[in-house]
Amino acid sequence: MQNEWLYIGLFFVIGLLIPVAALLISWIVSPKKPNPIKQSTYECGMETVGENWVQFKAQYYIFALVFLVFDVETVFLFPWAVSLGSLSLFAVIEGIVFILILIAGLVYAWRKGMLEWV
Amino acid sequence: MIATQIFFLITGLVILGSALMVVTTRNLIHAALWLIVTLFGVAVLYAILNASFLAVVQVVVYIGAIAILFIFAVMLTHKEMRDRGPQLNNGWWLNAIISLLTFGGLFWMLQSWSGVSKTAADFPSGFDAVGQLGRALISPDAFVLPFEVASVLLLAALVGAVYIAFNRK
Amino acid sequence: MNFWFDPVNFIAHWLNSLLVGWGMAEWLAALIIQLVGVVVLISLMMVFDVFLVWVERKVVARFQDRLGPNRVGPFGIFQPFADIIKLIIKEDITPDGADKVVYNLAPILSLMSVLLLWAIVPLAPVIFGVDLNVGALYIVAAGSIGTLSIIMAAWSSNNKYALIGAFRQVAVLVSFEIPMIATMLIPTILAGSMGMNEIVHGQQTVWYVVLAPLAALTFLIAAIAELGRSPFDLNEAESEIVAGFHIEYTGMKFGLFYAGELLHAFTFGGFWAILFLGGYHFFGLENLGPLVAMVILFAKAMFGYWVIMWVRYTVMRIRIDQMLAFNWKFLTPVAFVLLMLTALMNTLLRNTPSAVYIVGMLLTNVILGWIIVEILRGFSRRERQRTEGIASVTAAAQH
Repeated sequence: MQNEWLYIGLFFVIGLLIPVAALLISWIVSPKKPNPIKQSTYECGMETVGENWVQFKAQYYIFALVFLVFDVETVFLFPWAVSLGSLSLFAVIEGIVFILILIAGLVYAWRKGMLEWV
Repeated sequence: MIATQIFFLITGLVILGSALMVVTTRNLIHAALWLIVTLFGVAVLYAILNASFLAVVQVVVYIGAIAILFIFAVMLTHKEMRDRGPQLNNGWWLNAIISLLTFGGLFWMLQSWSGVSKTAADFPSGFDAVGQLGRALISPDAFVLPFEVASVLLLAALVGAVYIAFNRK
Repeated sequence: MNFWFDPVNFIAHWLNSLLVGWGMAEWLAALIIQLVGVVVLISLMMVFDVFLVWVERKVVARFQDRLGPNRVGPFGIFQPFADIIKLIIKEDITPDGADKVVYNLAPILSLMSVLLLWAIVPLAPVIFGVDLNVGALYIVAAGSIGTLSIIMAAWSSNNKYALIGAFRQVAVLVSFEIPMIATMLIPTILAGSMGMNEIVHGQQTVWYVVLAPLAALTFLIAAIAELGRSPFDLNEAESEIVAGFHIEYTGMKFGLFYAGELLHAFTFGGFWAILFLGGYHFFGLENLGPLVAMVILFAKAMFGYWVIMWVRYTVMRIRIDQMLAFNWKFLTPVAFVLLMLTALMNTLLRNTPSAVYIVGMLLTNVILGWIIVEILRGFSRRERQRTEGIASVTAAAQH
């Protein structure tokens, strides 16, 4: 069964096992003395101020959304790039039109202020 | 043959099990993480079928972008991330009957189809899957129009996101 | 079959005949041989990782005009072993309210995502893990597993500073993937394939850094941001949020994060070498044998790693809004414009003699670089005039 992904599957399994082995060695050897002060949440050495949950800026989500659109675009570009060597100028122009439409989208988002952090 | 079936069965069980955990677990972030396991199982299915490009695209787009978007959305909107309601709603027996009927119907239809017991054909040697896909995406009598329309669709998604996020300002 | 010119196949054949001679089934012998190959490659990388800790500390010391570790062994070479022993015997403190499964899984996934990358690296023309024909996207896929481990680590630590650090880090990681993927498309176009082996093969005559220097530079910048290292290291902004997403990790778990980060840096140095600096090609020296080719690749990867360290210990950290603006307003448009120009020039110059091709591609990059510098100069001139205008108005108003 000449499936090259079998090798990667083996890599995955062994790659999981080796850090687990390191952690096991550490768990066997290290001392275990739990203590409520040691286990409290870290806040630069003092008691935590305020609740343990912070309202995050919606801007993180906006950036992830813009990233998603461009990620799908670059994934589309990979087959185009691979076969570019044997295709005519027409194919290159098609790909360039594809990229230009999305650059127009980026410029639009930029001008509308979507890429600001404030 | 037999190894492919074993891998497929294990992967199928992982996908179904994690999908079940997505809908039944009470902690929202755990649900997102089980969803990631499901998506990864689908990528493993693609890899078993030797569809390398689809397998990596599944991981890159679904796990690397969409799952992260889900996690961000959950963390940004929910202060209380546990669902305290009951697990089953009032009409659960009706839903169970409908699901069983659908499953039975599908099972009966599929078992009379010969493709269920065939294994997927191997690629001819030297088959350049990604190159063929690229040529198909570009040639005018294949998929060039959907290719360009896909970019317009992505543009529409971006404009829609800008409109929804910023029109309130 | 010779050992010197084809070591992997030689050993595989020998093991195969040994195992089959003991009566094992053919497929089981093949599986065990593959397993041995995987274990050898991963062990090699873990041992090298230990060596990298020493390299990092010595290099940072020299940049900061001091000596670095020099007590434990000659030139301090046993220092990483002392570090490992210290990390193993440290107590493992799990904070209250931490989600145990996710908390323990995160460092394992972080190191595993880096080890997975070495499956596709072509160490020599005949020594490589697997010749995957979607190598470039595979790199991105393994990187996205690393991104996931950061969110898992921060969320399960039940610490709001970890979450803040992780969110900023993930926003940066995710943003800088776009110029990285776009510039990885350029060697793909030039070589005609996404697989790492083909890309190295395509650089037999001329390295891609000559054909697309701007792409090499952009890839390096995006890779440094992907690694989470200075000047983009928000997750370890020591003066701000202590250790970012791995605040609550002690002992060997922290060791796994740290080792993973160093190995990741070296791996990306290696990928920069493979994609742009010609991989194991070195003016024909690699034909002496696969082990020589492996040494050449490791030397180039060390050079890439040294450049990454050089940038880290020289440049100041950048603020998050500056970072994201730099990515979306500068690097992404540059990467896409470069991609369009490279595709166009590649098709136009495809059938010309190779000297014309090389000069044409190089000239495209140089002209584009010059245009970018001119745009930046115009922009900064206007900014300077604007702030000086404000300053002179306020100075005049004060007198």
